Amino acid sequence: MSNSFLKKVVGETNEYERTPIPSGSLKGGKSFLGMYAGEHTAGTEFVIGPLFVAHGVSAGDLIFGLLIGNLLAVLSWGLITGPIAASKRLTLYYQLERIAGKNVVRWYNLVNSLMFCFLAGSMIAVSATAVGIPFDLEMPTLTDWLPRTPGWILTVLFMGGVITLVAIQGYSQVSKFANVMSPWMILVFFAAAIVGLAQLGVGSFESLITIAQEVIWNGVPLSGMSKFTIWHTIFFAWFCNMAMHIGMSDLTILRYAKSWTYGFYSFAGVFLGHFVAWIASGILYSVFLQANSASQEFAPGAIAYETLGIAGAICVVIAGWTTANPTIYRAGIALQAIFPKVSTWKITAIVGGITSLAACFPALVMKLLDFVALYGLLLMPMGAVIFADFYFSKKMGFQSEGALSSKSDFSIPALLSWVSTLVFCLGLNFFYGVEIFFLGLPGWFVAIAIFIVLSKIKYPLAKSLPL
Amino acid sequence: MKILMIIGSLISLILTIVPPIIFFVGNLELSQMKGYMGIGMVLWFVTAPFWINKPSKSQQL
Repeated sequence: MSNSFLKKVVGETNEYERTPIPSGSLKGGKSFLGMYAGEHTAGTEFVIGPLFVAHGVSAGDLIFGLLIGNLLAVLSWGLITGPIAASKRLTLYYQLERIAGKNVVRWYNLVNSLMFCFLAGSMIAVSATAVGIPFDLEMPTLTDWLPRTPGWILTVLFMGGVITLVAIQGYSQVSKFANVMSPWMILVFFAAAIVGLAQLGVGSFESLITIAQEVIWNGVPLSGMSKFTIWHTIFFAWFCNMAMHIGMSDLTILRYAKSWTYGFYSFAGVFLGHFVAWIASGILYSVFLQANSASQEFAPGAIAYETLGIAGAICVVIAGWTTANPTIYRAGIALQAIFPKVSTWKITAIVGGITSLAACFPALVMKLLDFVALYGLLLMPMGAVIFADFYFSKKMGFQSEGALSSKSDFSIPALLSWVSTLVFCLGLNFFYGVEIFFLGLPGWFVAIAIFIVLSKIKYPLAKSLPL
Repeated sequence: MKILMIIGSLISLILTIVPPIIFFVGNLELSQMKGYMGIGMVLWFVTAPFWINKPSKSQQL
């Protein structure tokens, strides 16, 4: 009974997991604008914006750092991810399988899907901080790792169930949902900034500058937090979605693009979400800190409700939802590559269950910054492998898609590129104290170099005999 | 019908962004502003789904 019900709900979906997208199924730019705007104006923004305030970044460093970092992120999507996606039109996972072999990709996919589950889980938890308001739910604090009450667990599991039902209907449904919600949601972020500034006493341009520099982003970190500079801001804005652009996760989404240039449409997401929304949520948190200087509570839903009323609380729910939905979808696609015979909707339902369980733990929200940096770094080397295989195989004289061309299920160059890069990054962090946000850039070049050298040894191009 | 839905959505967006601006200049109470934003939200939810993802006639051909 339940099986037929679910089949009726999800219908017949074809997500082209192991074949290129046919031309008839390509999507226009509007789908991608809505998807990016919705995905990056999201629940994470309600956490990251306050983080900059807590880390004592100055106003000037924040503005210029975000402008530069977001521009670099858009260029990464547009120049690195988009062209490969439009050329191959394969999911990240199937593309990787052809390069690295099934056995390597199986481990990568497992790590990947778990990371996505945890990220989606944190967004469900953020949504729950708003859903719990009418039930007077006890909210988590900055130091919480475990759920405080059974009510929190029930709220999170309910949210997770609803979000999973939408996610298992595939990309079209996710895209439609994001399209409908994003225009209103973006305006709510603008509204949050305007109302927050009014509550902080801004009445003129001069007072805006003064309050921004001396009250909101005053350059003094909160107790126990490290100091952020413009370099932290640039690299965080650039690499907070490292897994998506240089890590190539968005191959799975951009393979539907009619044009390779649609990667640049990510500007809608980053300059609204990672600029306007981070600034707006930082202002909201500053208002909260002014009124509750000793409070350890960290509940984006409750903070938005105090300033904007029911519209603010619902915005937090929707923002979490529009991030969790595509993330659960991506996690489903990752597991699909491990279990190709199991249908997408069943896999996504399982992923939704794991995500909902993970969401019960508030630590996912409180440690979001560290987690985002870690998951980007873990996945990035395989993106570099795809990039090197696509652009350098002919030029540097090795076979493209080594595992496929050698009919192997295991590619040493891909595996060693992944593991060695992570060891290199760990070494930089451990021995030289390089912070996790700065490891992605050197790591990307190291991964490419290792892959090229090992591929030339393992998969050299056969020299053609002279006629 | 579709044009009515679009007009309703535009009104909802106006109700979402204009009251905060009026609050900012000091001509609206916070509680009133929250009320208008709430109405705007409901209006968005009941109008936007009927036109945002619907293909135009030219796309249907």
